[in-house]
Amino acid sequence: MESDEGDEQQQEAERLPLSQRPEWSDVTPIPQDDGPNPVVPIAYKPEFSETMSYFRAVYYSDERSSRSFQLTKEAICLNPGNYTVWHFRRQIIETLHTDLQDELAFVGRIAKSNSKNYQHHRRWVAEKLGTGAVNKELQFTKKMLSLDAKNYHAWSYRQWVLQALGGWEDELDYCQILLGEDIFNNSAWNQRYFVVTRSPLLGGLIAMRDSEVNFTIEAILGNPENESPWRYLRGLYKDDTESWINDPRISSVCLKVLSTKSNYVFALSTLLDLICHGFRPSEEFREAINALNTPDSGPLDSDLGRAICRVLECVDPLRCNYWLWRKSKLPLTVSSQ
Amino acid sequence: MGELAADKHVKYIISVEKKKDSFESVVMEHLRLNGAYWGLTTLDILGKLDAVDEEDVISWILKCQDESGGFAGNIGHDPHVLYTLSAVQVLALFDKVDILDADKVSNYIVGLQNEDGSFSGDIWGEVDTRFSYIAICCLSILQRLDKINVDKAVEYIVSCKNLDGGFGCTPGGESHAGQIFCCVGALAIAGALHHVDKDLLGWWLCERQVKSGGLNGRPEKLPDVCYSWWVLSSLIMIDRVHWINKDKLVKFILDCQDMENGGISDRPDDAVDVFHTYFGVAGLSLLEYPGLKPIDPAYALPVDVVNRIFFSKK
Repeated sequence: MESDEGDEQQQEAERLPLSQRPEWSDVTPIPQDDGPNPVVPIAYKPEFSETMSYFRAVYYSDERSSRSFQLTKEAICLNPGNYTVWHFRRQIIETLHTDLQDELAFVGRIAKSNSKNYQHHRRWVAEKLGTGAVNKELQFTKKMLSLDAKNYHAWSYRQWVLQALGGWEDELDYCQILLGEDIFNNSAWNQRYFVVTRSPLLGGLIAMRDSEVNFTIEAILGNPENESPWRYLRGLYKDDTESWINDPRISSVCLKVLSTKSNYVFALSTLLDLICHGFRPSEEFREAINALNTPDSGPLDSDLGRAICRVLECVDPLRCNYWLWRKSKLPLTVSSQ
Repeated sequence: MGELAADKHVKYIISVEKKKDSFESVVMEHLRLNGAYWGLTTLDILGKLDAVDEEDVISWILKCQDESGGFAGNIGHDPHVLYTLSAVQVLALFDKVDILDADKVSNYIVGLQNEDGSFSGDIWGEVDTRFSYIAICCLSILQRLDKINVDKAVEYIVSCKNLDGGFGCTPGGESHAGQIFCCVGALAIAGALHHVDKDLLGWWLCERQVKSGGLNGRPEKLPDVCYSWWVLSSLIMIDRVHWINKDKLVKFILDCQDMENGGISDRPDDAVDVFHTYFGVAGLSLLEYPGLKPIDPAYALPVDVVNRIFFSKK
């Protein structure tokens, strides 16, 4: 076929009009039909008009040949935004089985001008390549994330790559690295959950739960004010509240954080959730909460759940209405502690 | 507490519309229709929609319509649902939705629904729950919601619900306040809010409020005025807005104003833009700041505009 490697610029410089190329002499170009009175007559450049006229000719006759393939490339270089040209190019690729790695490279070169078309065509080619494209695509998103580790769009594309093409092998490690760089990266925690629950290589949430709980608890102890690991911890026990309240590590980490008397808001709210789901706290918890010596709280309620809510109203005043509501929803205790 | 410099903001918005070669104008060229929605809705909330030439705006909008029925961000650009919604919303502000061929616009959107119920943004195929919201909101305003498979659309949105009660752009996508607004808004309009765990989501949303009183969009991100809209409207739609500290949020938004030149920025002392000016004013309206027209949290249009669409006899 023709060589594609970075020769678009050279071709542009040496460009011979199609009407003067012998290999196109049998084709009658079809000019654009704007109608008799176009509302906004657009002045196209002559080479663009000509290219599109020849394109229309092969498109309408559905000629999927190598010269058509070359023509789509020229049309794309002149206007990367034309959906029909990209679409026909894909049809030619399917018919002629042109080299897909070359195609990915071509799209990468066009990328700078028009990211939207590039993204769609990129996905299409990557999907056809299947596992062959995985590394390139994962590298690509990794590069975007190295500039902004929370880039929502990059994470979304990366998730698509994993689900459509595979490449799960190193994903948990990748999350580990990102969390090592910034334990507060909520996107990385979300990705971790994505991997643990969806990777075909890891055995599923329940199989992974134990080690994940240990990892998360470490993260919590390092920065108890970090919202993400607390949510992650809860997520590890989705659909299994019984196991959640019975795992001693959960209540234990709450107690540990409370004992430090700092950054304990999430520890308190987690303990509150445990209690609301039937966890029965030992006397240690009561002592730890009393020891917080919360200013303005007044004497704490004998019911531990109510006491926790009261402390939260004081130490997390932005959300005091929420904590008041939580207090109103507490299960009624038959007897106080 | 400071005050809302309403007159300054009106002047700012009008100046942005006029200065076609300013940096902001150039940067916004391809999404001018979105800019028109932000600017004009803000003017309407401030009671100053008559400061612009209605004819001018409407004739320009119509030139943005493509033969597919969808609207582009500006004349000569490609159509996308993002601009189609803005076009319909701006026409609604002027009570001129009926100059459109509603079936033509609807067909453009209907054609973008995928088998799994999701919506693509345009022919290029990108899927995102933002587009689900746009489709449902737009079709609802055009009174053509029955043309899509609403059940499937709802099903797809629900598949994007996460364990924290929030929603992402696609299944498994991180919960993000903007996406949450879109999903909750779509479910609200479709009459399917029962799929939302209001207590759980309400808590996630009220945790977006940081010490300064501002709201962020995800854990550990900086507060931004635009979340005053997305978080706040979501909280209102699920009836949990009392879980944030409203006074502190009002103060944060007011602190983001440029009191000299008008306009509102993402956070205090940053550069202003029309986008954040709209979200700041809309947020203040939701917070019932005096002197502002009330705004509908799901349709993101003044309440009187929404009432006119659904309750006036034609």
